[in-house]
Amino acid sequence: MIPELGQMALIIALSISIMLGVIPMYGSFRGNSNDMALARPAVVAQWLMLSFSFGCLVYAFLTDDFSVRYVASTSNSALPTLFKVSAVWGAHEGSLLLWGLILSTWTLCVALFGRSIPTVMLARVLSVMGLVAVGFLLFIILTSNPFDRIPMQADGRDLNPLLQDVGLAIHPPMLYMGYVGLSVAFAFAVAAMIGGKLDVAWARWARPWTNVAWVFLTIGIALGSWWAYYELGWGGWWFWDPVENASLMPWLVATALMHSLVVTEKRGMFKAWTVLLAVGAFSLSLLGTFLVRSGVLTSVHSFASDPERGLFILIFLILVIGSSLLLFVFRAPRFTSSANFELLSREAGLLSNNILLVVMACAVLLGTLFPLLTDALSVIDKTFELGLNIGKISVGPPYFNAIMVPLGVLLSVVMGAGLFLRWKKDSVSRLSGVLWLPLVFSLVAAIVLPLVFAPEFHALTAMGLVISSWIAFTALMWVIRQKRSPFALSGTTWGAMLGHIGLAVTFTGITLVSVYNIEKDVRLAPGESYEMAGYQFRFDGVRQKEGPNYTAYQGTIHISRDNQEVAVLKPEKRTYRVQTMPMTEAGIDAGIFRDLFVALGEPLGNGGAWSLRVQYKPFVRWLWLGAIIMGLGGLLAAFDRRYRHLRKTATGASSLVKKPAATATMATPQVAGGTRL
Amino acid sequence: MSRYLILVPFVIFLALAGLLWMGLSIDPRHVPSPLIGKPAPAFNLPQLYKEGKVSPQDLKGKVWVLNVWASWCVSCRAEHEVVTEFVKKYKVDVLGLNYKDYATEEYGDAAKQWLARYGNPYSKIAVDTDGRVGIDWGVYGVPESFVIDQKGVIRYKFTGPLKTQDVEETLAPLIQRLRAEKVPVEGNKG
Repeated sequence: MIPELGQMALIIALSISIMLGVIPMYGSFRGNSNDMALARPAVVAQWLMLSFSFGCLVYAFLTDDFSVRYVASTSNSALPTLFKVSAVWGAHEGSLLLWGLILSTWTLCVALFGRSIPTVMLARVLSVMGLVAVGFLLFIILTSNPFDRIPMQADGRDLNPLLQDVGLAIHPPMLYMGYVGLSVAFAFAVAAMIGGKLDVAWARWARPWTNVAWVFLTIGIALGSWWAYYELGWGGWWFWDPVENASLMPWLVATALMHSLVVTEKRGMFKAWTVLLAVGAFSLSLLGTFLVRSGVLTSVHSFASDPERGLFILIFLILVIGSSLLLFVFRAPRFTSSANFELLSREAGLLSNNILLVVMACAVLLGTLFPLLTDALSVIDKTFELGLNIGKISVGPPYFNAIMVPLGVLLSVVMGAGLFLRWKKDSVSRLSGVLWLPLVFSLVAAIVLPLVFAPEFHALTAMGLVISSWIAFTALMWVIRQKRSPFALSGTTWGAMLGHIGLAVTFTGITLVSVYNIEKDVRLAPGESYEMAGYQFRFDGVRQKEGPNYTAYQGTIHISRDNQEVAVLKPEKRTYRVQTMPMTEAGIDAGIFRDLFVALGEPLGNGGAWSLRVQYKPFVRWLWLGAIIMGLGGLLAAFDRRYRHLRKTATGASSLVKKPAATATMATPQVAGGTRL
Repeated sequence: MSRYLILVPFVIFLALAGLLWMGLSIDPRHVPSPLIGKPAPAFNLPQLYKEGKVSPQDLKGKVWVLNVWASWCVSCRAEHEVVTEFVKKYKVDVLGLNYKDYATEEYGDAAKQWLARYGNPYSKIAVDTDGRVGIDWGVYGVPESFVIDQKGVIRYKFTGPLKTQDVEETLAPLIQRLRAEKVPVEGNKG
């Protein structure tokens, strides 16, 4: 009964979404305020229906209702309760429903917090989001209904053991919040294009929403990388896998969008470009969903794929992206600005930031779709008998590293210097007068730190550290030079600083763990020890262990340093009963400056000896610590006082924009603070 | 000028959509093997049950199948029944390549336990514990099956678990055709 109610609610939500997508939009052209006023209650109703529907699915999982096909195929009565809940989004159908619910939640937030937005604009924004929801709900109902019934099963086929993990319980919701959050900026962009007028207020509305979506995306990606690190069992943290790339591409474009919105808001420039980025960021989110769900690319992370569903998403993708880009073709010529800027100016700095980020996103896209490209070419080759003989090639980490590292270095240089640039026009002499100090600092840090602490000096370390300390020192310097009390600084200032420093922390982690990582596969009999990086790893044998839904071999490894015990690790090799899939649970002793990582390999011989993978991973935590700092920065920027103020003064926002003076004395236009309003 | 520039994103998108559409109709598992039409890579591996080694040379003059499997591979279990039926019905020599498995006593004998449970259709089983032979044969995923003709040339490669339909529509007709091929009995080699 309950699953049927869930399905009913889903269908009602679809009808409401159709209404939301059509009536307020139509009303906005006719100037009919009754039609437009429908938007808000429709959003609330849509959200209630989807929450109810989602709740029904959760209920079906918690009560082990194995007459629902989706529950029977992804859950099991022996599954711990937490994972029964996370199993709801453990496979295709449920994760789409979660996608829909999150989209509805974002729409609800826009409806609730967007009171200052003019009625016509708000009606269009909500309508656009309603249309996106129509596509997704249709997709769920027609191809992937999570409430489908089957004859009652004795027990479920269990959740994929890889997903029975706390990290993966929260990773998909986070990532979806990010993906779907970009739909807000997209809806703002499309609504503005429909109106044909792109004023500065538009950028100001879109900014906090973009920031929040970006924060979720950042944290979501970091969680995914953290999960891969401890759960996949071999200690890597990024694989350039299609699914990872699918989340990185929107992140890169969203980062560009955040910066480009600043220019559009402050200077009324790059309007068309910003709109294009907003469309692009959400399009890449949809593309990511398509790649993961359609099975066009094989990946270590993709669990369900089906070409028929792929076709549906592709058609949806073409409708959404194609129509918005077509709209762009007709409307972009109107979005001109009379302002101009010189080669050395903040505008130019942000433009180069944008170009670099977009080029990076394109490079990732090309690398991800490359196997598809060669496939398609070989089909053309065969059809027309060209005799090109193209094999199936996929490009791996070497390609991505070769492209992304130099681009990342360039980006870092621009990032550091860009903060100090003045709007419109700047001079080399002024800039070098400011920048020499952080440059000296970062050179010193990069040379001295490895000499003092590292076992050996490495050119790569020095290079990586120059870059990350350059980013960090310039960001710090920039804030210090504002000569204001930390409490008087605006949220955007703090946000920019933390965003930059977070990236510096992540870059430091990447550099150090790449260069100084030690990894060894060793054979140890009980009682034997292995020494790595000054640590003694003593293997104390393996015993059998019974988990709730698995049996495991659990090893015990005592780690000591200078005869002081540091940690006891208990890595496991699990076999889950239902899916009989072997899984490695690594034992990790985490620390700010290093992780010690032991994974159980195979039993060797009869003497109780095992093969073990022992790893010393310096600074690996910094990868994710950086992401947390970036996320915090994004939040502070999103909740800047100006935006709160904006909400209270429910007037046409264009009057709020202060034109920067032609020759600003302090090059800190981001420090707008509440006082400027 | 800038009017044309504005069209760029749309055009790129159309190209991308076309590519994705083609991608949907292409099976991502279909990996053309560069080895097709080439002599089967040689190996000399220990056998699972018997003493002595096994090599493709042993089967020269026969049409045979190399089936790559492992006890840890879930799809192999799904395929196993099909392979068994295939051997029974068409009297084909299927040589098992036990790939990166715990086959020997030293490693826990998972492969033998697996065969004891599901049956052994293979005429011989070569044990490739470190996966080197797998590399020579370009093994992309497990299971995989290769058809080798009487001259010892690889004629067909199948990636993924075999289904009855694949056997009936592809493998069996191919094997019958290959068996009918006339092969000059040794001598050209001089």
